[in-house]
Amino acid sequence: MAEFKLPADSRYQDVPGRTHAAPAGATRVKTFRVYRFDPDGTDKPRIDNYAVDLDRCGPMVLDALLKIKNEIDPTLTFRRSCREGICGSCAMNIDGLNTLACTKAIDEVRGDVRIFPLPHLPVVKDLVPDLTNFYAQYAAIKPWLQTRTPAPPDRERLQSKEDQEKVDRPSACILCACCSTSCPSYWWNSDRYLGPAAILAAYRWIVDSRDEATGERLDALDDPFRLYRCHTIMNCTEACPKDLNPAKAIAEVKKLLVERQH
Amino acid sequence: MSLKTPLGRVLGLGAAPGGSHHWWVQRLSAVALVPLTLWFVVALLALPDLGYATVHGWLAAPGHALPVALLVLSATYHAELGVAVVIEDYVSREAGRTATLVLARLAHVAVGAAALFAVLKVALGSAA
Repeated sequence: MAEFKLPADSRYQDVPGRTHAAPAGATRVKTFRVYRFDPDGTDKPRIDNYAVDLDRCGPMVLDALLKIKNEIDPTLTFRRSCREGICGSCAMNIDGLNTLACTKAIDEVRGDVRIFPLPHLPVVKDLVPDLTNFYAQYAAIKPWLQTRTPAPPDRERLQSKEDQEKVDRPSACILCACCSTSCPSYWWNSDRYLGPAAILAAYRWIVDSRDEATGERLDALDDPFRLYRCHTIMNCTEACPKDLNPAKAIAEVKKLLVERQH
Repeated sequence: MSLKTPLGRVLGLGAAPGGSHHWWVQRLSAVALVPLTLWFVVALLALPDLGYATVHGWLAAPGHALPVALLVLSATYHAELGVAVVIEDYVSREAGRTATLVLARLAHVAVGAAALFAVLKVALGSAA
C-alpha cells in the first residue's frame, strides 16, 4: 500500500529538539523550527528551535538560515546558491508550502517559521533531499531538441515570435522540484509517475515548433502511470515559486493525446 | 540490491499505451451519466408513489427500460474505471495491485450484468 505514515524511526515528534535562545537585547525575535536528521547517525529526526534577531537578519528565509548556520549552529545543512530564485537549490517546505527559501519573505509567515525538507524524498541530511530520481525523470523525457531536418548551414533554426511565446513560460522552469514533491500522486507513485516538473519539461518540447519528435514524445507519455497519475490536484501550480502552471501543461498533453486519435 | 541506473529505473518497461483511452472513456461515460442520472431521478420523483407495482409498471415500458439499461451500463463502467484509478494509486504491485484490479473489474461486471438482467427481466418478462 501507499505509505501514509512515516516509519517509526523517522518520526520527529518522538524526540525533543534543541533550543537556541536569541541573544540578549534582541527585540524583534522570530523562532525558526527546523527539521534535523542525519541518516548516517543513530539519532532519530528532531525539530530544533532557533530564535533569530530579525533586526540583525536579512528579509528572506534563506537569510535566516545562513545566519543560523554562520552564527548559531554550523551543523545545519541545506542547499543554496544564487539567492535570487533562479538556481532552484534552496527549495524546501516552509510554513507548509514548498517554495524557495531565497524568495520567501520571513514577514509572510505568521508565528514560528516551520522548515522541512521537500516532502516524500529520501533525506541526505537535514534540509537536503535526494533528487536522483527527480533528475532521472527529467533525463527520461529527453529534454533536448530532436529533429530529422538538418539545421540550415548558414543560420539557426527559425521560430516565429508566436511559436517562441509557447515555450517561453514552460522553459522558465528551474527544476527546483517544489511542484513534483507537493503532489500526492507523486508521493505515492514517484517510481512510475513522472511528476509535474518532468511533464512540464516534456510539454515544453512538445509545443516547440522546431522539434520533430512530437509524436515520439507523446508516445512516451501515453502511459497509465507516467502521465495519468495526474488527477488535477493542482498542488504543483499552487507551489511553483516561478508562477508557472504545470497542471495546465499536463492538461494540454492529455488533450493532445486525445486529439491525435480523432 | 539493484545496480540499475536511476534513468534505467525510470524508463522501466517503457510506456504502456492505453492511458489516454482510459482517460477518454472515463470522461465519455461521465458525460453520458449526466442526462441519464438527471432523467432517472426526475422520472422517479414524478411517479405518484415509489411502491413496487408503480415502479415495476414504469420500468416495464420500453421508453423507460432502455435509458435505465444505459444508465446501469454507463454507471458500472464509469465506476470500474474510477475504482481502477484508486487501486492503481494506492495499492502497490507488491501488495497485489494486479489481483485487486482483476477482482474489482469482475465485481463491476457482475454488478452491471445483474442490474442489466433485472431491467431486462422487468421489461421483457410477464406483468408480474
